[in-house]
Amino acid sequence: MKRFFARNAPAYVFLLPWLIGFFLLALGPILASLYLSFTRYDMVSAPRWIGWGNYEYMFTRDRRFWKALEVTFTYVALAVPARLIMALGVAMLLDKGLRTIGLYRAIFYLPSLLGASIAIAILWRQLFAADGVVNQVLAMVGIQGASWITDPDTSLYTLVVLAMWQFGSPMLIFLAGLRGIPRDLYEAAEIDGTPGWRQFTRITLPLLAPVIFFNLVLQTIDSFKTFSSAFIISNGTGAPADSLLFYTVYLFNEAFKFFRMGYASALAWFLLVIIATFTAIAFFTSKYWVHYENERD
Amino acid sequence: MKTSATELELAIQMDEAARVAHQLRLKRDRQDRNGRILKHIFLIIVSCVMLYPLFWLLASSFKPENEIFGSLTLWPSEFQFENYTKGWYALPISFTVFYVNSAIVTGLSVIGNLVSCSFAAYAFARLNFNGRSFFFALMMMTLMIPYHVVLIPQYVQFLNLGWVDTYLPLVVPRFLASDAFFIFLMVQFFRQLPRELDEAAMIDGCSPFKIYWAIILPLSLPAMGTAAIFSLIWVWEDFLAPLIYLNDIKSYTVPLALRLFLDQEGQSAYGQMFAMSVLSLVPVVIFFVLFQKLIVRGIATSGMK
Repeated sequence: MKRFFARNAPAYVFLLPWLIGFFLLALGPILASLYLSFTRYDMVSAPRWIGWGNYEYMFTRDRRFWKALEVTFTYVALAVPARLIMALGVAMLLDKGLRTIGLYRAIFYLPSLLGASIAIAILWRQLFAADGVVNQVLAMVGIQGASWITDPDTSLYTLVVLAMWQFGSPMLIFLAGLRGIPRDLYEAAEIDGTPGWRQFTRITLPLLAPVIFFNLVLQTIDSFKTFSSAFIISNGTGAPADSLLFYTVYLFNEAFKFFRMGYASALAWFLLVIIATFTAIAFFTSKYWVHYENERD
Repeated sequence: MKTSATELELAIQMDEAARVAHQLRLKRDRQDRNGRILKHIFLIIVSCVMLYPLFWLLASSFKPENEIFGSLTLWPSEFQFENYTKGWYALPISFTVFYVNSAIVTGLSVIGNLVSCSFAAYAFARLNFNGRSFFFALMMMTLMIPYHVVLIPQYVQFLNLGWVDTYLPLVVPRFLASDAFFIFLMVQFFRQLPRELDEAAMIDGCSPFKIYWAIILPLSLPAMGTAAIFSLIWVWEDFLAPLIYLNDIKSYTVPLALRLFLDQEGQSAYGQMFAMSVLSLVPVVIFFVLFQKLIVRGIATSGMK
């Protein structure tokens, strides 16, 4: 007993801040939010149990919920592949044949660091305004640009472009991954006269699969959580015509504008389920398309 | 005689082979150089496109109001420093207050993150205890949880404590290692340090805290630096938590103040809004330039965003 204590006590002292945080800021709130999702709660009177009422309303009658899902899934489906393709393309350009890449790497990474800030969201609104920079460039080549931000048909694309602009961190991870592919594989392929695109599909892609997988999971989770830029660009409401009603923006408004805390908790729990499902799918299917190097021999 | 003829032939063949190889090499070098130049041109174009929005923001912050829209040129006809001096005082409260507020929140949060996350990481990476892998798995799972899921109960909790409209909801969680990403980052680093260090220190009678303080921390300055810079930048740019917890304009942080400009958008103070936007990015850019190496390595090893 004494030995057990001596062995564990110091570690748990070090772990204490995190343990307190885990119970009070993660586990507790998650369970509380599960409970609240079965209640009606406006923060004035005590939560009132309504069973599956919130979920029933959510799935069967709330059209804005479905709209928010549609907007968010469309965004994820466009933004994640766009960002990853940019990241991989640029990483491959930087990986081979160039002696100094430090400056490029810095330039391409900078937007990822700034992209989450309010200043950039404000800038984006102006770039894509009717008389903004994008339309001036388009006018030079004779194209009449749309009113990107205020047109419900195009507003989401401005955010997809913003996401593409921030390809820096997957690019850095890809670069590290590409560095790990043995050079002699390419040299051997070169001698055999294998064309470049086949080197890509037969060497680069399979050996990079774990890194692609990692980036895909990370970026998908991240994209589901997009909030600040959508909030700023849509004036906090999801406008125009709910075309920027990201799931998180909808949740925020239900909770902190209309104080429907019970319903917002149900929304929050469903978001957790979505993200957990995606992560799980990625992990369970990974064995079919991700081959780790040390597994093969 | 015969042998020498063969030798001669062989020599000629070898010479020929060497010549062909040399030519091939020259050709490849030429191709490589052409390829390199093409790549550079392409990358420079991409760089310009990537940076153009930022330069446009910077240029617009110096332009007179009527020049901001309608021209793509980056050089203002005259430099309007007024955008900065007026913008600083454009809101009911001066930006001095907002910057002080942001500095307080960011400074305390960074300290909180470094202390609490390095504590937890030290336990996970260097100490043996019952339940280690269980708690480590829990910690990794918290990385996946969206902030929105814990937001409402946390808000209720902090409201009941009377913490709303103070900086406590923004700072205290950081002292409880709520940004588990940094624990992960530090664990990765701490694990690489040789075990013998701890063992030798233990034999010399060092306590676990002494080992943490005198051995692990000094050897982990790069990891601590990376964590410090990332938490600094993220907290500085943080919008959602301040938006929820700070209602009084006197306690606003810089991102919240910037949003106030948007509410007055009709009154056409674009130049001032851009000027203040530029200023809000300056600290981030400075830290990026100074600590670029740490940031790049941090992402490559831990896969942070």
